[in-house]
Amino acid sequence: MLEIRNLHAAIDGNEILKGIDLTVKKGEIHAIMGPNGSGKSTLAKVLAGHPQYEVTKGEVIYEGRNLLEMSPDARAREGVFMAFQYPIEVPGVSNAQFLRLAYNEKRKHLGEEELDPLEFKDLLKERAKIVEMDASFMTRSVNEGFSGGEKKRNEILQMAVLEPKLAVLDETDSGLDIDALRIVAAGVNQLLTPDNAIIVVTHYQRLLNYIVPDYVHVLADGRIAREGGKELALELESKGYDWIKSAAQDSAKLNAAN
Amino acid sequence: MVTELAKTENNYLSAFRAVRETSPTVPWLELVRASAMDRFEQLGFPSVHDEEWKYTNLASLAKQSFVPAVRREQVSVDAARFVYPETASTHLVLVNGFLSEELSNTTGLENVVAIDLLTAVADARYNKITRAYLARNAGYHNNGLAALNTAFLQSGLFLWIPKNVKLETPIQVTFLTDSDEPETAGFPRLLVVAEENSSATLIENFVSTRDEDYFTNAVAEIIVKEGARLEHYRMQLESNNAFHTSITSAELGRNSSYNTTSINLGGRLSRHDISVVMDNEGAECWVDGLYLIGSDQHTDTHSVIDHQQPQCKSHQLYKGILDGNARAVFNGKIFVRQGAQKTDAMQTNKNLLLSPQARVDTKPQLEIYADDVKCAHGAAVGQIDQEELFYLETRGINPELGRSLLTYGFAEEVIEKIKLESIRSQLDEIVMRQLNTQLESSE
Repeated sequence: MLEIRNLHAAIDGNEILKGIDLTVKKGEIHAIMGPNGSGKSTLAKVLAGHPQYEVTKGEVIYEGRNLLEMSPDARAREGVFMAFQYPIEVPGVSNAQFLRLAYNEKRKHLGEEELDPLEFKDLLKERAKIVEMDASFMTRSVNEGFSGGEKKRNEILQMAVLEPKLAVLDETDSGLDIDALRIVAAGVNQLLTPDNAIIVVTHYQRLLNYIVPDYVHVLADGRIAREGGKELALELESKGYDWIKSAAQDSAKLNAAN
Repeated sequence: MVTELAKTENNYLSAFRAVRETSPTVPWLELVRASAMDRFEQLGFPSVHDEEWKYTNLASLAKQSFVPAVRREQVSVDAARFVYPETASTHLVLVNGFLSEELSNTTGLENVVAIDLLTAVADARYNKITRAYLARNAGYHNNGLAALNTAFLQSGLFLWIPKNVKLETPIQVTFLTDSDEPETAGFPRLLVVAEENSSATLIENFVSTRDEDYFTNAVAEIIVKEGARLEHYRMQLESNNAFHTSITSAELGRNSSYNTTSINLGGRLSRHDISVVMDNEGAECWVDGLYLIGSDQHTDTHSVIDHQQPQCKSHQLYKGILDGNARAVFNGKIFVRQGAQKTDAMQTNKNLLLSPQARVDTKPQLEIYADDVKCAHGAAVGQIDQEELFYLETRGINPELGRSLLTYGFAEEVIEKIKLESIRSQLDEIVMRQLNTQLESSE
């Protein structure tokens, strides 16, 4: 489904990603871990198409197409979704209005009929159960005045409505208390099917107790420093990131020497 | 200030001579009109040399030979389309400034007085009250536009809400420009007195059946007495070729409440001077507004909120959306006078520029002469937020639609506070149409 080859990306001329290779297949859950500044969130933003990040080298093939040539909205309509680490507030636009617009844009793209407000209301009610969200959130402005946990649940609600093929969850666990974490994780698990895939970007292992990854990739200094199964996350939890960092520095030195 | 533009005002002077014959009135008002005409001849239209008119140039208005409209015996206009469903039996229509009983429906207004202002002045029941308040707050001695309106006071509306009367149904006053003649000038005048502990909702709307040039120069004086509540919506929906200048001045009694929202959409050039004087304790006002204009439009709001007594609150939120080469001016003054302790005043002006050619001059001003007060003000001018737009794009919304949605959301902060459903949906529609998108309203 997704193939990232030797991906390099920079922001304001500073190279953050320095050669990422990653293959994601249908039905898989991949965790991207790493210390602060290792490039985890940059990877998520590059996949979503954030205009501030410049891809300087490499390629990303999604469903046989060059993802990097697609605009952010086209990527979304083709099934790529990113849950934001810091969801944006959109004052004056109700959650229901926003979600229906997004949903219908996708339907139109797929040649399906759009849903009218009443039909959509039913669908939204159904999907809101997945993240245990109250109906009152639907008439409120998108994320405005939401608590941290509510914002993250709202991201997963959007995922539930848009049913992406590839969902990238950027630090969805940050700022969540344990109850909210459970709700969010349970929501994500309900949305996993054999036909879609999820990339979980996280600093902590905690979330991976609930969303159990098939593969764990550890980033350090813009490169994948370690890869393994879910047990790698546990190892990181006990040892911390320092040993990965020093390993990364060693390999960087080695690269430079060569 | 006399300017080189003053010479063209002879048009108005010759028209004024006819006013005496066609609309005679009581001696004191004859005097007021004559003295207002004198003042206009001396003052002329405001010029850009006047600090308050620095960014709004009336030269083209002054140059054009507008002809003051006269009362029409027969009116054959479909005014129904301007009437909101809520006011089917509580609306008044003034054509070119003259009250038309034919087009009005006041069957739902049994408890209030809504009559021609010139009639009220001559009526023994209302002459005292009209004399006390007419031309009191909208003074014409230093204001050429107020002087011109006052000189041409030949009709207008007197709205009197008696003590303790609480109106459930809103009252609509439509100022309609309709004429077979080109380049007419209309001088709508409104005097509202809301007596003690009364409560009402007033909609003023300025509309036209024509697209050609015309000039509306309106004055509304509003008295809200002790314990009274008035909600006031002002819809400026003139044609995009019109000149619109208007003055709203409100005076608030003890513990009264005045909540007004001014919507400015039409006009090639529009200017609104709104002032709220709080010279009694415990009054509260909301003075909100939205201007949404496009190419070749200029709008200017000058607002004065005057805290003269303690314990008054004022809240102000004005938002502006400008496209094309549109130009807007916001000048908001808040005075907190000596002794006006425990004043709570908030003022915000936010502008969204949709095009690099659009321009806003915003100037919020606070002048405080008391020491125990809570005041805040701020102004912002910006473009569509790129992070917000990106967020929408990552949900599959194309950038053009995303920009429209964010612009709509920007306007909603003002629109959603409006308590009348039909005005809200009308504005939603207008915003969508202006944005020219496939957006649909939330309801």
